Amino acid sequence: MSTLVLLTITGLGLGALYFLIASGLSLIYGLMGVLNFAHGAFITFGAYAAWWITTHVEASAEAELILATAFGLVFGAVLGALIELVFIRPLYRRPIEQVLVTVGLALALGALVFGIWGADPKLFPDRPGEEISLPSWMIDTTTILGARIPNDRFVEIAVAVVVLAGLTAFLRFTRIGLIIRAGVENRSMVTALGIDVRKTFTFVFAVGGALAALAGVLSGIYFSTVDPGRGTSLLIFAFIVVVIGGFGSIGGSAVAAVAVGLVQQYANYYAADWLDWSGAGDVAVMFLLAGVLLLRPEGLAPKVAH
Amino acid sequence: MSTATALDVNDLHVYLGESHVLQGVSFSVAKGGVTALLGRNGVGKTTTLRALMGLVPRSRGSVEVQGENVTRLPTHAIVRRGIGYVPEDRDVFAGLTVEENLRLSERGGNGRYDLVYDLFPELRERGRQRAGTLSGGQQQMVAIARALLNDNDLLLIDEPTKGLAPLLVTEVAVALERAAELSTILLVEQNLGVAKRVAEHAVVLDGGRVVYEGAAGELLSNPERVRELLGVGGAGH
Repeated sequence: MSTLVLLTITGLGLGALYFLIASGLSLIYGLMGVLNFAHGAFITFGAYAAWWITTHVEASAEAELILATAFGLVFGAVLGALIELVFIRPLYRRPIEQVLVTVGLALALGALVFGIWGADPKLFPDRPGEEISLPSWMIDTTTILGARIPNDRFVEIAVAVVVLAGLTAFLRFTRIGLIIRAGVENRSMVTALGIDVRKTFTFVFAVGGALAALAGVLSGIYFSTVDPGRGTSLLIFAFIVVVIGGFGSIGGSAVAAVAVGLVQQYANYYAADWLDWSGAGDVAVMFLLAGVLLLRPEGLAPKVAH
Repeated sequence: MSTATALDVNDLHVYLGESHVLQGVSFSVAKGGVTALLGRNGVGKTTTLRALMGLVPRSRGSVEVQGENVTRLPTHAIVRRGIGYVPEDRDVFAGLTVEENLRLSERGGNGRYDLVYDLFPELRERGRQRAGTLSGGQQQMVAIARALLNDNDLLLIDEPTKGLAPLLVTEVAVALERAAELSTILLVEQNLGVAKRVAEHAVVLDGGRVVYEGAAGELLSNPERVRELLGVGGAGH
C-alpha cells in the first residue's frame, strides 16, 4: 500500500510538471495554430535562469527559492513574448515556415545553453558554502499510509492546482480570457468583431513561456538538478498530454497530465518489479496515447478553451 | 469627412486558390437603407463581403468606407471604422454563452442591449445558455445581435434567412427593417421576397462582375429581368 501511495503522489508531481508545460502549449496551438517546438527552450531557460540566481544571491533558502522562481518566470515570459513578436508574427498564414522556425529555435537555444553552461547537470538550487540547498521543510518527508513522501512533491502538485484554478478563472472572468476562448474556436470571427487578436497572441506566448519556465524551476526541485536536455525530455510528454487532453483545453490538459504522470510511474515501477523490464513507463504512455487517439481522435475535450 | 456613399468598391479582384472569383467588381452603396447584393449561387457574393472585411486577400482594387480607403487595413481596423458583419454561417462561438457572445462583440462599453433584447427577447432569456446548443434561428439572432450591439454605420449581412423556418424569416426581415433605420446595410440574400421587402437598391453579380446596379424594386418586379440575371422566378411576397 505504501508503495502505491508513494507512486501515486510522485506520479501526480510529475503530472503537475507536464500540466504546467502542456497548458501553455495547448493554448498557443488552440488559439494560434502554432505547433511550438521551441517551448522546451522556455523550460530549460527558466530552469537555468532560476539556477543562476541561486548562484549569485545570498539569502535564506526560502527567499532564494522565491526570488529564483520569480526570475525564471519573468525570463520565460519575456522570452515567449520576444519569440512571438520577432519570429512567429511575421509568419502568420505560413504554418509550415512557423513550425520550421520553432524547430530551428529549439535547436539554436538548446545549443546556446550547452555553449554557455556546458553539458553537465547543475545542482539546483546551488548555494555554495551552505549545507542545505532547499528550505528544510521541503527536504523533509510526510508519512501517508506508511509511505514517506518528499514534501517537494506536494509543492509541485499545489502549484499546478493553483495554476489550473487561476487559468480557469482567468479564461472565464476576464475579457482577454473571453477573447482567448473565442479565438480558440474561430480566430477570424474574433477579428471580424473588431478585436486585434495579435495582442492576445503575444500575451498567450508570454503566459506559455512563464508557465513552462515555472515547470523548469519545479523540475529542478523534482530532480535536484538542471541540465540542457531538460526542456526536450519534458516537452515530448507535454505534447502527448496536449494531444490526449485536446488542443486548446486547459481542463483536458490537466486530466491528461495526471493520467500520463500516473501511468508512467506505475508502469516504470511494476514492470521493473514484476517483469524485470526497466523503462516501461514511456512505452505505457505511448499505448495510452494510441488508445485515446483510437477512441477519441479529437482528445478528451473538444477544441474549446475552458 | 462627409460623403454621399457609405461604401465604394472599385475594380476588386480576388483569387481563391486558382479560381479568379471576383474579376473587377465595382459598385457603390448609398448612405441609408438597404442595398441587396444578389446573384446566382457561386458568383462571389459571400467572397465580396469577406473581401470587404479583409478576411480574404484582395489581389487588386480598392475599398472605401465613408470616403476613407481601407483596402490595406487589417480586419479588426476595418471593423473599428464602424462596420458590423454577420457571416453566412453565423459563426457564433459555440462554447460561449449567448451573453458572452454579445459581450465579446461590444466595442467601447456602450452596447445597445436594449435594442438587441427588444428585437430578440429570446436572447435575454437564454443569456446563460451556450450558443452551440441554440437552434439555427436562435444562432442567427445572436449573429445579427452582435452586429447591432455597436453603433455601426454600415452592416454587411450575409444570407440571414438561410435555412430558417418561414416564421423566423419574417422575424429576421423585421429586424433588418429596424436595423436599416439605424445603419446602412449591404445584404446578401437568396430569398428574393425578403430582398424585395427590405432593399431599395440592388447590385447583381454574375461571373465575378457587376451586371446590374440600380433600384431593387425595378429589378425584382420584372420577372424576365430576374430570370435573366438571377436564373430564378420573380420575387415572392
